[in-house]
Formats: sequence, structure tokens, C-alpha cells
Amino acid sequence: MNLWLFIAVMAGATYLLRVTPLVALRKRITNRWFLSFLHYVPYVVLTAMTVPAILFATSSVLSGAAALIVAIILAKRGASLMLVALGAALTVVVVEALIVWWP
Amino acid sequence: MRDSIPIALGYFTVALAFGLYCAAADVPAALAGLISATNMSSSGQFAGITIFSSGGGYLQLALGVALVNLRYVLMAISLGQRLEPGVGIGQRLILAAGITDEIYALAMANRTVTFRGYAASMVLPILGWTGGTVVGALVGNVLPPALVSAFGVLLYAMFVAIVVPVAAVSRPVLWAVVGAAALGSALAAVEGLEVGWRIIIVTVVVSAVAATLAPVSEDAEEQADGVAGEVAT
Repeated sequence: MNLWLFIAVMAGATYLLRVTPLVALRKRITNRWFLSFLHYVPYVVLTAMTVPAILFATSSVLSGAAALIVAIILAKRGASLMLVALGAALTVVVVEALIVWWP
Repeated sequence: MRDSIPIALGYFTVALAFGLYCAAADVPAALAGLISATNMSSSGQFAGITIFSSGGGYLQLALGVALVNLRYVLMAISLGQRLEPGVGIGQRLILAAGITDEIYALAMANRTVTFRGYAASMVLPILGWTGGTVVGALVGNVLPPALVSAFGVLLYAMFVAIVVPVAAVSRPVLWAVVGAAALGSALAAVEGLEVGWRIIIVTVVVSAVAATLAPVSEDAEEQADGVAGEVAT
């Protein structure tokens, strides 16, 4: 495969997926069922991407699970995106340090 | 733009891995960076390089990348419905380049999405993703493993931060989230099911069930989005 053509095909395929609905579907959708469907999409898609992937995103399932729990608690208390992200990352560092040092 | 910093950091670290993968497939660092800048899609790019190094054809490449990235169609439809009135075709052509899981997620914290806001939130993540790829392809794994491990949860934690406040006040959203977690985990056990497919199946099935069982009225949507809006600010 020609590397340049390979890059062009890959970029084109990905861009078409994103741009077609955004440009072709410019009218407001009024169908109530479809509106409801779209209302749930962001929360469902984000959850589907997070669970169970977060458990395997770190070097131990334990630290991933701990990070998920801490993130849920922080978010429930109204912490900002940045704070939730950093809190979860810090949890991973602490839990993995504990795993290493635990007798 | 500030809220996109964790995304950019997370992208940088994930992109290091992609850069390494490109180096292993003998793709020069500059071209690896070009792939990242023009795709902005981790799973799609990994799939593409895999097909490239296994000697697959262009049709297989286009279909494979499109299938892995099919969820962007749903996100583009959903984003289009939230764009402020008057966002023209030219601006939509620009925004389309930045429809990634994370940048889209960040925008969903707002009831109405402006061109400026979305475009601004694209800048740092695109730089982070492209920069991480080039660095990864050039120097390999530079970060200590403990740091890579901690960075691994940044993106997921942000997703949690967007979903939880809405699920806390909306019973139907809470059930949809629980259903998505359950179905996603069950399907994760199915061997040979591509991650991209899993996310599409979960999204379509759970959102369709939720829309049928608990159709949304304008009021309920405003209430949920009001909470989401507070998170972002």
C-alpha cells in the first residue's frame, strides 16, 4: 500500500462519518421518540465507553475500580471536570503505591 | 477551553502508545503525526495501522476504519441538534473534524453548543493527540509506568463527571446509565466483538429502550441539561 494513499483513505473514511450527519441533518428534529433517543445517547455512550474499560485502563483492576468509585463520589458532590479527573488519577497513584508496599 | 486540558493530557499519553505502534509498523514520525491530526480517533487509527501492516487493501481499510468509527455518526447527529442556530456549512465542516468521544462529551455538558466554544475545545486535544503521536514515534515510552497508569483514567473520570450529576437528578437517565454499564460489561465478555461495535450496540439498544419506556418532555430535558450546564461552568 502507498503510505500517502493509505493516510488519505483513512482520513477520508473517518471525516465522512463525522461530516455527513452534521451537514446533511441541519433541520431541528421534531419526532418525540427520536428526540428522546438523542437525549439518552450522550449518557449511554459515555457509560458504555467507561464501563468496563476503566477497570483495565491502569496496571491493576483494583486501582481502576477505586478511581471509578472516587470519580463517582466527587462528581456527585459537584466537583469540576478537572477536579474529578485529577482526583481519580491521584487515587490510582495512591492505590498502586499501596499495592506495591502492602506486606 | 480550560475543561479541555484533561482531554489534551489524556490524549497525549494515549497517543504515545499509538506513536510506538506506528514506529513498529515503519511509519515515519511525521506521517504518524499526520495520521493522528487527520483522524483524531484512537481505535480507528489502531485498526488502520493494523490493516496497513497486515497488507490489507484500500476497501478493507475504508470499511474497517468506518465500522470502528461508526459511533461518530450518532455523535454528529446528536451534536447537530445542540448547535446554536445560524451555524453554517463552513463552520460545520470545521467542527466535524473535532467530533471525538471526549470533545463531544465535553460539549454535551451544555444545552446549546456554540461554534466558538466547540472549536476552542478542539485546539488543545488536537495538539495533544498529534504531539503525543510524534513524541511516541520518536522516543518511545518516555513516561514512568506509574504515571502512564494514572493518566489512563483521566478520560474515563471526565466521562463520569459528565454523567453522574445528570443521573443523580433524573431517574430515567440513572436507569439508562445502569443499563448501559450492565449491557456493556456483559458484551465485553463476548469474544471477538470489536470495542467499536460494542459501544454502538449498547448505545442504540439502551437509548431506544429508554426512549420507548421514558419519552422525554421538553421540561424534563431542560431540567437535566440545566444540571449538566452547571457542571461545565
